[in-house]
Order: sequence, then C-alpha cells, then structure tokens
Amino acid sequence: MKAAWVLAIAALGWLSAPARAASDDVVETLLGNGMKVVVKPDHRAPVVVSQVWYRAGSMDESYGTTGVAHVLEHMMFKGTKEVPSGEFSKRIAAVGGRENAFTSRDHTAYFQTLRKEELPLALKLEADRMANLVLSPEEFAKEINVVMEERRLRTEDNPQSLLYEKLMSVAYKSHPYRHPVIGWMDDLKQMTVDDARRWYQTWYAPNNATLVVVGDVDAKTVFSLAEKYFGVIPARDLPTRKQPGEPEPDGFKSVVLKAPAKLPEVSLVWATPRLEKPTEDWQPYALEMLAGVLDGHGSARLPQALVKEQQIAVDVGAGYDPVSRGPALFMAAATPSEGVAVDAVVAGIKAELERIKKDGVDEAELRRVKAQVLSAQVYQRDSLFYQGMLIGEWATAGLDYRARDQRLEKLKQVTSAQVQAVAKQYLTDDRLTLARLDPLPIEPGKHFAKPMGGMSHVR
Amino acid sequence: MFVERLVFMLGVFCAALPASAGLNIQHWNLPQGGVVYFVENHDLPMLDISVDFAAGSARDTAATSGLAAMTNRLMRLGAGPLSEQQVAENLADVGANLSGRFDQDRGGFTLRTLSSMEERTAALAVLQAVLTQPRFDAAVLARETQRAVASIQDASVKPEYQGGKAFQTAIFGDHPYALPEEGEIDTLGKLTVTDLQAFHRKYYVAPNMVIAIMGDITRAEAEALAMNLAAALPKGETPPALNAALPKGETPPALPAVSALEKAVDTLIPHHASQSHLFMGMPGMKRIDPDYFPLLVGNYILGGGGFDSRMLIEIRQKRGLAYSAYSYFSPMQELGPFQIGLQTRRDATDEAVKVVRETLKRFIDEGPSDAELAQAKSNLIGGFPLRLDSNKKIQEHLAMIGFYRLPLDWLEHYPKAVEAVTREDIVRAFQARVKPDALVTVVVGGAG
Repeated sequence: MKAAWVLAIAALGWLSAPARAASDDVVETLLGNGMKVVVKPDHRAPVVVSQVWYRAGSMDESYGTTGVAHVLEHMMFKGTKEVPSGEFSKRIAAVGGRENAFTSRDHTAYFQTLRKEELPLALKLEADRMANLVLSPEEFAKEINVVMEERRLRTEDNPQSLLYEKLMSVAYKSHPYRHPVIGWMDDLKQMTVDDARRWYQTWYAPNNATLVVVGDVDAKTVFSLAEKYFGVIPARDLPTRKQPGEPEPDGFKSVVLKAPAKLPEVSLVWATPRLEKPTEDWQPYALEMLAGVLDGHGSARLPQALVKEQQIAVDVGAGYDPVSRGPALFMAAATPSEGVAVDAVVAGIKAELERIKKDGVDEAELRRVKAQVLSAQVYQRDSLFYQGMLIGEWATAGLDYRARDQRLEKLKQVTSAQVQAVAKQYLTDDRLTLARLDPLPIEPGKHFAKPMGGMSHVR
Repeated sequence: MFVERLVFMLGVFCAALPASAGLNIQHWNLPQGGVVYFVENHDLPMLDISVDFAAGSARDTAATSGLAAMTNRLMRLGAGPLSEQQVAENLADVGANLSGRFDQDRGGFTLRTLSSMEERTAALAVLQAVLTQPRFDAAVLARETQRAVASIQDASVKPEYQGGKAFQTAIFGDHPYALPEEGEIDTLGKLTVTDLQAFHRKYYVAPNMVIAIMGDITRAEAEALAMNLAAALPKGETPPALNAALPKGETPPALPAVSALEKAVDTLIPHHASQSHLFMGMPGMKRIDPDYFPLLVGNYILGGGGFDSRMLIEIRQKRGLAYSAYSYFSPMQELGPFQIGLQTRRDATDEAVKVVRETLKRFIDEGPSDAELAQAKSNLIGGFPLRLDSNKKIQEHLAMIGFYRLPLDWLEHYPKAVEAVTREDIVRAFQARVKPDALVTVVVGGAG
C-alpha cells in the first residue's frame, strides 16, 4: 500500500531531494544553435550515460490536449526519415545499450546507457529524431492505445494514483500542474497526430534542449561530437514563455475520492515557495530540513510518533522538492491503522507540526538530517544516471546546477528558528489542501463505474 | 544488411571485451563457518556490505507463512543494548542505510555506509547487534503484525496480488515456493516471539552466512570486519550442509525439488478493474542450471528483450494492446518461475491471451531466427559492462555468486557462455522446459 504514495512523495520530496554532486569537474558549453551541453567525467567503468532534456513538460500543455507531451515522447520512438519505426531501440539494443525516456511536469528527457565507444551512435540517433521525426497517422493510432493502456495501468485502476491526481487537480487552482502528466482520458481519446506534430514543432529545437553526458569520456570529445551531430540543427524561434501563476492560497480546501479499495488514505499538501535563487534563498532549505526532521530517516518524527508510539497510522510520510519550474508543495500522507478515523491521523500530523511551530527542533535532529545529506552526496556518485538526472533537473528548472555546490553549506546553516519560521508561515490550514480516499466496498466480480470528475471513462 | 552488421560487430565485441577481468573477487572461509566475498575498490569513500542467510520464505510452512519475513523485519527493530529508536538513530547519525533483504531463498541485510573509520565503525556495530542480539520485543511484534496485515489487506483487492498469488500457488503446488513471501493474514496473527527466536536461532547461524563486501577498505580490514560479524553468531544446532572449502557447486541447505506440472490449468478471477491482468507460466530454471544461458538468450528473444522481444512486438508494437508485455525466468535455488505477463483493457482480454499463446507456441516450435539470435547475443554481450558499472551492482553480483555458490569466474564466463549459445540449444532448452500443455494461465479481470 505504501508504494504508490511513497512514490508520489518521492516525486515531490525528500526521498528524491537532490543531494549535491561535487561538480568541480563538470564542464559545459553552448553550441552555436543555442543547445547546452554538460559533461561530467566519471571513469570508474567503461560506460557512458547520455541524456537529452527538453524544456517542455505537461505544464506547457493546454486544455483539451493534456498528455500530449507524454504522447510525443512515445512517438519519438516511431521513426524518422532515415531510421524506421522501432529501429532506434533496436540499434541501441544491438550495441548492448539501454534506453528509455520520461516525461514530467517540467521536462521530457531521453536517455541511453552504453559502452563508452558507442556514444556517437546515441548522439547521432538522438540528433536525428530531434530534427527529422516522421509522425505517421498509422503509428499514432496504435500508440495512443498504448498510452491509454498505460493510463489504465498506472492511474485508473490504482486508487492511490487517483487520489494523487485528484489532490493535484484541487491543490492548484490555475497553474497547469493541476493536470496529470499522462493526461486526462478524454483528452487522450480525442488526441490526433496533428496535436503531437504541433507539440514537436513547437518545442523540439536545439535551443530548447540540454545534452547531459556522464561517464568515461572527456569533455572535449563530447563537445565535438555534439557539434557534429546537434550543431547542424538550426535553432528555431520558441514561443514566448508565459509564466502561468497560482493565486495565493485563500483558505482550506478538501476533496474526497471514492474508489474501490480496502484501506482509507489521506494526503495533505501545503503551498510553499520553490527554489529560485539557490545561493540567496533560505526558506526552501529550511523546508527541506523540516521534511527531513519529519520523515528523513528511520527515527524521524512522523513515523516515530504516529506509527511507533501512538500507532494510529500503519504508514506515514512527508516530503518537499524545491526544484521545479512551477509552484512547490510540501506534502504529507498517511494510511490510518484499522479502526482509526482519518481525522485522527490528520490531527496527529498537525500536532507534530504544532510542536515544531511552538518549540522548534533539536540540534541533534538537525545534525542527523545533515548527516543524511552529507552521505547521500557521496552515495549518489555511485550512479552515472542519477548524476545526470541532477544536472538535467536543475538545468530544466532554470537553475544553475553549479550552485548545488553550496547546497550542503546552505543546509548546514539552517537553524531551528528557521525551521520553526517556515513551519509557522507555510504549514497553515489556510494553505492546506487535503485529499481523502474513502474506500468503496468491493464485491467480487463486480465492475465499478468510477465516480471521477472529468474522467467518465468506464467500460 | 542490418543483421550482417550485427554479426560482424559481435565478433568485435568478443575480441575486445575484457569482460570482468578487472574485477578481482577475493574469497575466503571463516573459522566459525560462513563465507566471504570481497572486491576492494577505493574510487568512492563508501562501503556496501550484505550478509545473507538461507532464511527466505521457502523456510516457512503453510502453518507459519510469514515467519521468515517477520523475523527478518523485527531483527532491525531493537537489538542488544539498542532500542528500536536507537538502532535508527545510530544509523541516521552516521548517514548509513540498513535494509532487510528478503526473498524466497534469502533472508539478510544490506548496509551502505561511508567508509571513514568513525562512520563505518558505528554502522557495523549496529549491524552486528542486529544479526546477533535481536530483541524480538512482543509489543513491536504486535505492531508490525498489524502493519503487515494492513498491507496484505490493501493489496488483496488488487489484480496484481490476486493474480500473482493464484499463479504462484498453481505452479508450485505443495512446494514452499508457493507460499507468499509476506505471509498470510491468518498465519501472521498467530506468530509469537518464541517462533521468531527459534527461527533466528536455527537459520541466522555462522555456517549459513554469506558476506559480500564491496568498496573502500583493505583486505585486512575486510577480514577483521567479517570475523567480527561472525564472532557472535551461534554456530547453529544443526550446521547446514555447507562445505565452504570450495565455493563451487555447493548449495545452501537443501530445499525440496519443485515438481513439474502435469497439465494445463486455466483460472479466471473476476475483478472490477478496467484492465485484465494475465499471468502465464510454469516452474522454469535454477540459478545453477545447465540450460541457464540457452534460456537466458532465448527469453531475450521471446519476452525479455523489451522492444527486441516478440511479446512486446506482437502485443504492443503491432496491436497496441498493452503498455507492457514480457516474459522472464527467475532463477532460484530450486526451479524458479517462468512467467509471461501483460495488462490489457477488458474487451481485448481474449485477443491478448490468444496472441500470447500463439507467440509462445511459435517460438517453442520454431525457435529464433538467426537475426534475432544475433541481436540477442549482441545486446547481452555488448551490454555486459553495464551490469558492473557501479559499486551497488558489483556488490549485488558478489552476493548472488556467494549465496548460490557460483564459480568465482562466473562473470568472466558470462559473455563467452552467451556467445556459445546456438539456435539448437535454445530450441532444445525451451522444448524441454516450457510445455504448452502444462501451462498455468491466470486471468484477473474479465472480458465484459
């Protein structure tokens, strides 16, 4: 039961809160067409990770075509003039490479992991589909069905995902973060190949992309390969980026999801600031420390109080991810113990917040959280892919990833009074949105119509 | 033309790949019993350690289902002088991560810590207490039982759980591999502290222990570390039949053999979900198995190789019937499962099952094409360095080699063994193992 909302928290939160990379050896360049190239050498194994990040995610979509960023991601494997449908994957696989792609609210990224000798192949193929994608109606007709199956698998049949989707749709009043990345089912049903084509033509330009390469390479070679393959693609005018806003919260919001499930659940999110100036801001760091004190390790406050001592929840978690293009949220979620009302668990979470607002936190607690950050910074260097992720996420969020160097220092400087201050300022009922899963009883063999607003998909 | 290029390139790989020649696996036995596998590497100031025992859910019985998992779980929740909270705090103070590792064969722990003396000493002290002096506090057992039961209740209404469980029961019958790793609601409720203590005494013993260490310490430090971990462990009342003198060919304490299925079984479990979930398969192969490489390479082509595989091509690429469709062999001490799986919208259930059956039958009857075989080998051999590109992956391989007593040169042998597989090997191995007339099929969902 934990998996779904833990993932949701991880997506937002402490678990994935990027720990700092030692980036003194990171080098970057800007190609003539405006494409950024970042290289982080790591010579531990004869392997390289290549990632191309487009600054286009679901937050750039419009009403009626939600999900198109992700659909286009699928279509990127469906062939170019030179490389027929399916061949991209086949050629990468033929050299032992692994590849995939992911779409988020902020970006779409494509990656390959291969033996270092094969980097040119990855770059060549990736550059080809940046410029020459063929979007055929036949391939689209099949792939849109695959995406709808993906939505059924990940969302429709998963009450935890439905809860998260509904929570986001209410927590954000106007910002496009209110739409699910995979898109609403009705939009998917009506999507056309022309929607995908428009998306591709709008956003898939070198001046909207960052190439991140991590592994057993030297920067000069990567720069010249990038110039060779990507440098020839002309820059394009990008649409003027509008900055969708989100009004200041003006009072408590709450929403209920009724879905067939066994156990109730509750998720809480508070509107909080995101990281904008990594070297000047302090509040996002204080919120990170707060998330760590609440749920950053095995003896953190929330599981200690609610699961171990009071035993009113079987699971509880909290998280905060300050790195995003849009407005950030601080999140908590819990599954009540049997016979315990959701309200009692919510009260338990709020009581822990009140304690911090009133008394602050101990130095020992802050030290413990900092120890996690410090060790995570070492552990993350074990993964080429993750090192690339951190650079790509910061770059597409419009942040200077080199400022990550100061992150540990900034976190070390956070005081109990600052943690207390952000808790008081942001974790208030007026900034809170709460979503509750009310389980519908399940009769074996009965097929439910799901009473979801905007999701009338029922077989 | 594409195929020729592949075949050509394959030759290049085999000549050029040093395989795991650079991976110097050191191995020794402990005087108390138990074996150690070690790779010294100072690239990063960190250390990954696992300690495994043949103490997985295969050691449960139908009446004690969940005992092995609960023992493993509670070991980390209070040990020796350390309360549950102190265990967590001591680890958190030094930024170390201690996790349980648990499956049907193995019960154990993985520890990741900074390698600096202060941090690693503190982290190892916790691990040693966890291994040797678990408290098995009654109140903690009651609480964790409640949480485990809630988790099963929650999962029990989901198609993945229902189908997975029905599939496991159908293919393994009376064998303990049929038991769910996490246990059953009824049996969990009956577990006592005495049960956990007895399980710990029996299985978490020195002669049953495999330590795998990867990272930033010297051989001498690794030896001392392993001695310390083993020192306080009981020798065990009935030392398992481990002849640790040679790492090759020996196995952890015997499990009963898995019986082959005699006839096909089809089960439909009605469910309200918008997709039907398919589980199809039978007992497959062992970790030490003469057909390991033919089945590995063959399954890449059938359903393991993603977009290179027939299952994904037929189900997803050609027909758009599912997001994922796959097959895999899960090699275990005894025959682990061979499973085909997919999820598809309800009204496509029959079509998807039909396509899977036809795809499987054609593969068993005809085997792969030369082009498919070349592509599979090319991927498995060319991708070999990716299996060892981090401390974590190397550590996991060490632990696997150690637990299953694979030869120390297993990794070095891997690309050569893949290269040696022929089309005929695959046809023979699949025809011997995967019998369409003895296939278990479970569908959760419905066609309506």
